[in-house]
Amino acid sequence: MYQSILNFKRARYLWVALALSIVSIAAYWWHQPVGLPNGGTWLGYTLGTVGAMLIVWLLLLGMRKRSYRSNMGTVQGWTSAHVYLGTALLLVGTLHAGFQFGANVHTLAYVLMVVVIVSGFFGIFVYMRYPNLMTYNRSGDTLDGLLEKIHKVDDRSRRIANTPNLSRLVESAIDGCQIGGSWWQQLSGSGRSIMSVPFAMDPDAQEKAQSNKDHKLVIDVLANRLSQLGGGEEAGAVTSLLANFAAKQTLLRRIRRDVQIRAILKIWLYFHVPLSFGLLAALIAHVVVVFFYW
Amino acid sequence: MERFDIAVIGSGPGGMSAAAHAAELGLSHVLLEGSPKHSNTIQKYQKGKHVMATPTKLPLRSPLDFAEGTREYILDKWEEGMTSTNTNIQYGSEVTGIDGAKGDFTITLANGSKVGAKSIILGIGVQGNPRKLPCPGAELEHVQYQLDDPDEYNGERIAIVGAGDAAIENAVGLAGQNKVCIINRRDEFARAKQGNLDLITSSISDGKIECFYEANPARIEENPSDESRYVFVLSTPTGEVPVPIDRIIARLGAIPPRKLVESFGIEFPNDSPAALPELSSQYESNVPGMYVIGALGGYPLIKQAMNQGYEVVEYIQGNDIEPADHPLFVEAFDGLPYDKSVDEILEYLQNSSPIYNGINPLNFREFILDSKVSKRAPGDELCVNGEFTNSFFVVIDGNAFVKLPGVGEFHFNRGDFFGEQSLISGRRRTATVYAGDDCVVVETPRRSMVKLINSVDSVKRVLDEAFILRALHSKFTPNTAHAELAEVVANTELRTFDANQDIYTEGEEGDEVHLIRIGSVTSVKQSNNKEVITSYMPVGHYFGETGVLGHGVRTDTVRANVRTETICLSKDSFVTLMDKEPGLQNEIQSHIRDRLTVEARMEAQPKGGELMSFLMGEGLGEGTDVLLIDETLCVGCDNCEKACAETHDGNSRLNREAGASFADVHVPISCRHCEHPHCMKDCPPDAIHRASDGEVFIDQEACIGCGNCVRNCPYDVISLQKNPAPKPTLLHWLMTGKGPGPGGKEYADGETIKKAVKCDACKDNAGGAACVRACPTGAAMRLNPKEFVDLVGSRFGS
Ligand SMILES: Cc1cc2nc3c(=O)[nH]c(=O)nc-3n(C[C@H](O)[C@H](O)[C@H](O)COP(=O)(O)OP(=O)(O)OC[C@H]3O[C@@H](n4cnc5c(N)ncnc54)[C@H](O)[C@@H]3O)c2cc1C
Ligand code: HEM
Ligand code: SF4
Ligand code: SF4
Ligand code: SF4
Repeated sequence: MYQSILNFKRARYLWVALALSIVSIAAYWWHQPVGLPNGGTWLGYTLGTVGAMLIVWLLLLGMRKRSYRSNMGTVQGWTSAHVYLGTALLLVGTLHAGFQFGANVHTLAYVLMVVVIVSGFFGIFVYMRYPNLMTYNRSGDTLDGLLEKIHKVDDRSRRIANTPNLSRLVESAIDGCQIGGSWWQQLSGSGRSIMSVPFAMDPDAQEKAQSNKDHKLVIDVLANRLSQLGGGEEAGAVTSLLANFAAKQTLLRRIRRDVQIRAILKIWLYFHVPLSFGLLAALIAHVVVVFFYW
Repeated sequence: MERFDIAVIGSGPGGMSAAAHAAELGLSHVLLEGSPKHSNTIQKYQKGKHVMATPTKLPLRSPLDFAEGTREYILDKWEEGMTSTNTNIQYGSEVTGIDGAKGDFTITLANGSKVGAKSIILGIGVQGNPRKLPCPGAELEHVQYQLDDPDEYNGERIAIVGAGDAAIENAVGLAGQNKVCIINRRDEFARAKQGNLDLITSSISDGKIECFYEANPARIEENPSDESRYVFVLSTPTGEVPVPIDRIIARLGAIPPRKLVESFGIEFPNDSPAALPELSSQYESNVPGMYVIGALGGYPLIKQAMNQGYEVVEYIQGNDIEPADHPLFVEAFDGLPYDKSVDEILEYLQNSSPIYNGINPLNFREFILDSKVSKRAPGDELCVNGEFTNSFFVVIDGNAFVKLPGVGEFHFNRGDFFGEQSLISGRRRTATVYAGDDCVVVETPRRSMVKLINSVDSVKRVLDEAFILRALHSKFTPNTAHAELAEVVANTELRTFDANQDIYTEGEEGDEVHLIRIGSVTSVKQSNNKEVITSYMPVGHYFGETGVLGHGVRTDTVRANVRTETICLSKDSFVTLMDKEPGLQNEIQSHIRDRLTVEARMEAQPKGGELMSFLMGEGLGEGTDVLLIDETLCVGCDNCEKACAETHDGNSRLNREAGASFADVHVPISCRHCEHPHCMKDCPPDAIHRASDGEVFIDQEACIGCGNCVRNCPYDVISLQKNPAPKPTLLHWLMTGKGPGPGGKEYADGETIKKAVKCDACKDNAGGAACVRACPTGAAMRLNPKEFVDLVGSRFGS
């Protein structure tokens, strides 16, 4: 019923791409150019034209994706064709060049094409694999739901803290915990967590801000405190706080993983798309050079 | 006791207009209003609400001004109008009783005083009065029954009494900046919507709101110490608990005005909550001298109410003026082959069919205004097989016909009707009806028919009989003449089942056959001590036939997914049908075979049954077109939401991330296009319709933004939205970066009009759902519940 990009309509564009590839290889095989194979032969021109048209069409996916009223196929169909024909382009482009490279605008275009295609491979890999991981990680919750839970855990911690020092500790841990952040922080799944420990609990630290990565520090400090207290009201609070921060740690890990997966699902397009515009520029340069300065 | 010629009760738009007109004419009059301000219903609208003046074509006839504008502007205008006409309004005069007769009525007010009147105009609307606290102190100054703006209160101790949506919303709204407790008579919040239930339980467990369960208000006392304004004494299972409190807000619902109105002597045709009082064409009730106007009489819009206020005073004066809607009729009847006046045509129409017999002339007028009367060219398609339209037709002159294979043409003549199948079942048309010679028909929209069925008992009976006959005929015996089925029809029974009720259970004896006419059912089997859903059956399917053909023991449990009605046939009746139609036996056997294969497939996939239960539990069983997202494919790009927004005035009608999931199937918040749309229930301008492919949509022109549909949709898919400003084109945005990009929106300055928006299944887009077509990964799909079996198969099949 549901089909992935690769299976779309029994992978019909896989067959189109295969056919294109086979024809290209066969032609390349049959063709006996004068001198080395290159872009200047009749086959070279043909493959070049096909390649250039493919690139322009691949770029048009960006338009189609945003032509929300368009009835020209579905975006999924376009993407499926995009993936297979984009892959075939690797072959078409290479054969067009006849394996002749140098330090010039022509090879620049070729390299850009390869980079775009490779980034596309990464993209389709990510698209096929990460949604599953994301669902598994969220296990039925939503990001908003998880954030809401963190809020509640925090509120509870605030209420449990029954000495000024505990309150300051809790407040500092909550304050210093950041979700999201820069691209890099999102991608690495870390996010900044810092805190300062009240003097009474750790005189050496001098109340300076320290890393509370993965909420380890606050849990350590609390565990330490618990071992110093031999029961009493504060010990009860500290035990509850420990449980609370452990719960928060698990929630945070899930949230950060979720943020990370979302970022991975998006970041590659920030390479794929600008590079493909670079490719378009290089392609134009390549064509102009070929026709006017050869 | 003061005496007046005319006493108007209720200062809504209807009552106010009546009283102002009486004042204008210099008549002796009084306007009695229960609340401290005029037009309580409109006072309660949200601040700044844009009030619409629909129907636009209807001219206004009132000494008071009324045109589209903000609530505040309109209320001010009315205030001015009453002052300039010298309208005699008495605030705080809630009417509790009326005695006497025409020429000498005595009106009793809540404070015990009395007012005399020769004629009475009732314009008390349908909002009813809020239920008061049943304890001493209920009338104290800071005990209130409504909350306009939670931000007005700060740092107070506030008790909310009640456990419904309003109580919860108030409590949560106030809890931020006040100390709030909520008083619940029971030990849980059973009456609230799911979202509110989550809100209140989490607020209570977080300590933001204190809750007294199983607590009843005993009394409210002034607090002798200054610590708080009052002491609110609650009686609880463990004894009385005093709670210091500054303000009490009771949200105990409203008492519908019907009881009160009946106590005045006015009669209603039946017990249905939707029933309207019987009125003459001059708004006079069965009590001579007592008139009913506005929403109470079944006219749910402001302009209608105001016009009636004017007219009723004229009628009381003995002036038989033409109603304000007269020009609308002249226009509506234009082109009909009758050389008659409007009133004569109306009478002619009403006499055409027995269906119209029981309707009073006033309601019939409204009924025809809502309907379309037209002469149709021979061969015109009046309704088309397979379409989802749900209007109802009565033939006035000439004829209309269906082509029945095997039987030939079946004709509908003067007075006959058709269209009841889709009207009742909420499903596709089951036949195409063509116009015959000289065909004049009345086509009535669903809402007016529902109103009619609720207020005239005989209409329901006649429609049901026709429904059963035609349903049995087309389902089982298409080659048999209608007349031959009379006996079977007489022996059938309509059965109603609540959601989740078992119609019969596996292993019990039974040999009746059910044909579903409203709702849907699932069949469930016990397998390894677990229930496995084995099939889903919507309207038009039948079940139980194995009982007739087999040994009379049920082999499965059949359960209603939603409120369901079936046509129940006894074994004998079913056998009679089989005798009449030679092919039926074979057909039924192949039907059984098909079902058994599906059931076997489902039984082999117990996980599939769980998915099915999940989908039914989400209420998808009553949908016709449901958006589901495959979580293993969705990359979260939100292109579906952007596509929806871009194709629908900038407001997305789906919320992808919200909603529940099970087995990687996610049910986002988006309209399911219910068979019997809850949202249509109470839309004053009748702005919600169903298009030919089943799309339930809101006519943006007609919507007045009252929010009733938002409350009535159980799936939270409707919201009130402002219309964003027009956007630059994609190319322009790409080149200049100016304005909002795809999916973004900005509002024009001063834009205040909010209207209800919801998914219309992209009915205006030839390619269908934009959200689905824009999904790059194929994760979004729109399904009919009938396809759930395939979905389950594709998920869990081997
Ligand atoms: C949220 C909302 C938005 C709406 N928006 C629009 C819109 O934009 N345009 C539109 O045309 N319609 C709109 N409507 C519908 C419109 O409000 C009603 O059709 C209209 O108010 C009906 O007028 P009425 O005079 O019949 O009764 P009401 O306006 O209901 O007035 C009844 C009055 O009688 C008083 N009363 C009741 N009982 C007693 C008693 N026992 N003794 C004395 N007085 C009593 C009440 O206090 C009240 O003031 C909206 C409705 C709602 C709920
Ligand atoms: C020279 C070759 C290619 C060019 C010029 C190109 C260009 C583009 C462009 C312009 C988009 C639109 C992105 C957007 O607007 O959001 C896109 C999307 C995409 N491309 Fe390519 N691409 C190429 C090759 C490939 C290849 C080889 C693959 C995979 C094997 C691929 C996979 C994708 C995918 C999966 C998307 C995302 C679709 C979406 O999320 O909407 N591309 N590409
Ligand atoms: S808006 Fe709600 S009630 Fe109306 S059809 Fe859609 S899901 Fe059903
Ligand atoms: S569509 Fe909804 S908000 Fe609009 S008028 Fe109808 S019920 Fe009210
Ligand atoms: S079907 Fe159309 S209107 Fe409905 S959610 Fe999808 S895009 Fe929006």
